[in-house]
Amino acid sequence: MSGLLIKNAFVIDPISGVKGEIMDIAICDGKIVEEAPRDAEIIDAKGHLTLPGGIDSHSHVCGTKVNFGRYMSPEDMRAGRTARKGVMHVTSGYSVPTTFGNSYRYSTMGYTTVLEGAMAPLEARHTHEEFTATPHQDMLANTLFDGNWSVMEAVREKDVKRAAAVVAWTLSAVKGFAIKLTNPGGTEAWGWGRDMSTIHDVVPNFEVTPAEIIGTMIRANELLNLPHSVHLHCNNLGVPGNYRTTLDTISLVPDLNKDRQSLYLTHVQFHSYGGTTWRDICSKSEDITRTINSTPHVVMDMGQIMFGRTTTMTADGPMEFKLYMLHHNKWSNHDVELETGSGIIPVYYSRKSLVNCVMWAIGLELALLTKNPWQCLLSTDSPNGAPFIKYPEIIGLLMSRRFRENERKMIDPRTEHFVPLFAIDRELEWYDIAVMTRAGQAKALGITRIGKGYLTPGAEADVAIYPIKPGEIDPSVEYQQVVAGFSRTLYTIKRGRVVARDGEVVVEGANSTIWSKSNVPAEYDMGSDPEFTRKFEQYYTVRMRNYPVQEVYLPRGKMIASEAFL
Amino acid sequence: MKIEDVVCSFCGCLCDDLVVEVEGTRVISVENGCTLASEKFLGDHRLKTPIRRDGNSWTKISYDEAIAETAEILLDADRPLLYGWSGTFGEAQSVGVHLAEILGAVIDNTSTVCHGPSILAIQEVGHPGCTLGQVKNRADVVVYWGANPVDAHPRHMSRYTTYCDGFFRKDAFKDRKVIVVDVRDTESSILADEFVKVNPGGDYAVLSALRAIVRGKRGIIPPEVEGVSREQLFRVADICMSAKFGAVFFGVGLTMAPGKNKNIRNAIEFTEELSRHTKFTISPMRGHWNVYGSNEVFTWISGYPYAVDFARGIAFYNPGETTSVDILKRGECDACLVVASDPGAHFPKECAEHLARIPTVQIDPHVNVTTHLSRIQIPVAVAGIDAEGTAYRMDGVPIRTRKLFQGQYPDDFEVLEKIYAIVKEAKG
Ligand code: SF4
Ligand SMILES: [Zn+2]
Repeated sequence: MSGLLIKNAFVIDPISGVKGEIMDIAICDGKIVEEAPRDAEIIDAKGHLTLPGGIDSHSHVCGTKVNFGRYMSPEDMRAGRTARKGVMHVTSGYSVPTTFGNSYRYSTMGYTTVLEGAMAPLEARHTHEEFTATPHQDMLANTLFDGNWSVMEAVREKDVKRAAAVVAWTLSAVKGFAIKLTNPGGTEAWGWGRDMSTIHDVVPNFEVTPAEIIGTMIRANELLNLPHSVHLHCNNLGVPGNYRTTLDTISLVPDLNKDRQSLYLTHVQFHSYGGTTWRDICSKSEDITRTINSTPHVVMDMGQIMFGRTTTMTADGPMEFKLYMLHHNKWSNHDVELETGSGIIPVYYSRKSLVNCVMWAIGLELALLTKNPWQCLLSTDSPNGAPFIKYPEIIGLLMSRRFRENERKMIDPRTEHFVPLFAIDRELEWYDIAVMTRAGQAKALGITRIGKGYLTPGAEADVAIYPIKPGEIDPSVEYQQVVAGFSRTLYTIKRGRVVARDGEVVVEGANSTIWSKSNVPAEYDMGSDPEFTRKFEQYYTVRMRNYPVQEVYLPRGKMIASEAFL
Repeated sequence: MKIEDVVCSFCGCLCDDLVVEVEGTRVISVENGCTLASEKFLGDHRLKTPIRRDGNSWTKISYDEAIAETAEILLDADRPLLYGWSGTFGEAQSVGVHLAEILGAVIDNTSTVCHGPSILAIQEVGHPGCTLGQVKNRADVVVYWGANPVDAHPRHMSRYTTYCDGFFRKDAFKDRKVIVVDVRDTESSILADEFVKVNPGGDYAVLSALRAIVRGKRGIIPPEVEGVSREQLFRVADICMSAKFGAVFFGVGLTMAPGKNKNIRNAIEFTEELSRHTKFTISPMRGHWNVYGSNEVFTWISGYPYAVDFARGIAFYNPGETTSVDILKRGECDACLVVASDPGAHFPKECAEHLARIPTVQIDPHVNVTTHLSRIQIPVAVAGIDAEGTAYRMDGVPIRTRKLFQGQYPDDFEVLEKIYAIVKEAKG
């Protein structure tokens, strides 16, 4: 038995209803327990802020397009590099760090679980290989179904159960965690150089609309009883006036699950634009949040942008091409047969660009105007809005009106005419931040059932202790201390082991990969469905037998099983 | 015993539909593969044990001895080079990168002598590509530029392009136009609907002319560009612009021709130009079955696809300086570990001579030209025959090769892990 006792911790644990109390946390064999073993190692937290390990519910860190972002960007690799030191490997990269770079940086910020936002099933093996090389976080993979031919055929036939069966087979084959739809229908249209401009456009050759795909998949998801909801990147990302598409989409969502949301909308900042062109683009965060506030069965993440350089990468191939037409830097695209697409371009978000300033304001507004922090989670869609190392600064901005006012002086002065940000007084509290960076993610992803996101007995012992004494600082004024504090934990504890201390990783990691398996009745097993297998062998370029990700790729796989209602 | 859906570990097509018959530890027949595949599976004559050069003769040594001596050579070196990697699986490549990291060595793969310039072009302008199935199911125009698939990737046309029916191309042969661009007639050019014969070294100019046409500047095209008539240039541009889905595949004939990375940059920008009118993609015809895997693995660990120098502690990348050929030419390297490739056969003479002067260790199943330059050779299992692991197809699709039987040889991963363990112990 290996034990650890954290004494005098200032704990905020929203899931357990702890809102800031000095208490001890006992750990034994990787779990939180009532009482630590006698010989337990003791850490004196000295009243410092102690939270469940951070959870990122949407980030791009592993897999084909992420690695291509590195491959095509030696300039980014040079912009962040560290030498081998102790147990730490060499790292490279600023906006798209190498796998160890991601892992160490997340770990020193107190993050212990990360969800990769987009995995193409055909290339899943690659994502899992990189998961293994991201050793300090438990990893989950959103699995792309936006342009999946078998799904679209089922949607066309109005056969929700068949759509569910395709999802079940695929998730289990590729060891994916949840359903991701990126510009549904749009990635298939991009196979012909086209895109969707409303949720009622018809996908060429498949005769289905994005609205039908989204609606069917939300129902299929619940039939499969999956831990997470459908995870949606809406159509029309980044287009002025796109807030209408977002509102139309939200209006589609039925309330089907009593434990969590029925739809997760990702990087909503990129989907909250008014106006008609880049000249009159304005914030529609008020419209969006008004709807979110009255739609408790929808959860979103911010997709905040931060000024500076980064790399955009998404399965949304057509969007990346449009972005390339604006920036004319360099452009990569990678369409994946029968499934999805992807694109990558580097960008620079400038304080001197009115458009970028409006985008920056919108992300913060979403968080400040959403009443219930459980419905708006903190993210940058890393690295699309900014690399995740910017999270502490975002926390600072959300907690301090003064910080926002100081920023206001440095951005394009016209910004205030296009956004409501500077009229908002709200300053978030420690509790809100704890919800928006871990508890909310655990609940939205449905992984509290495996002990994630809280600190009472039975939970996984993933803990972050930050050099912040909440009673002694005023975040509204001393926001720089908040930023510094969230950048570097005193201790990051993963499954009961101290893995990082004062900004340095101190042990070799041993993460898990969490995936979902929904057990379906035999007649819904696509593995033996004649139509499915015939099409598979005919149109894919790999044999069906070589497609599933073998167990060796998940040395510490953790399956969340569910029974499908089919 | 017949084994189905076997992955061919020969070329970048990484065909995964072979049927291989095995008897004990011998392959006796191969179905579905091309002649290159048959040769690989059937003509597999291996070195029996590790060997060490003693004066003018070879001495058989044990694996433990060979591994210990290799570690010692690497630890003694000031500027070790770890080269090759395209003929082994990802798990072994990964140990290779960590070995380089701990040694402060340079690690490089065979891209350095094939698609290195393509990578440089991609790093300048990006890469609009796709998986091969997109081409199979959609493409109505396929362009091979400086590539001779019939010879180098024999099943590329039948599995992915010219002869392969797809979802939107029910009769591929009729529905699809094939354009071949090359400096000479080849087995592939005979099969083309349109063969564009370019003067040697003229690719860059021809690409520029095509880009100009796509941009609507027909008026500036002279009657002939590098051996290609204006009429043909117009025709080719029209075929491309009226395509519903076009796919360019380029080979070392374009990458290694005068202009090198500039040719590829121009070809990518031609594709980008076409993307404003219709759907177009471009992809390199990667040669070795897992050369792309070595780029992928190097990248996620170190940040760079090849030519990575760890001498400064951090990962440093500067092709032209940190590339193997340059390091060897400068006589800088004082020990070399060659894994799963044959630089003796592919490097310039002066580089091969330098390899013979310094302690060179080769980990490879077969006797090859590099054997004659080496001090030690360690035979290993062949990935895809008696070893298994991850490979990345030329389009980035990862496939796990199969192990067809349990042989007597350790695999690359096992040997490298042992070397790594000794080095790590010594370096602390
Ligand atoms: S085309 Fe290449 S991968 Fe396919 S069978 Fe021939 S050598 Fe093997
Ligand atoms: Zn994303």
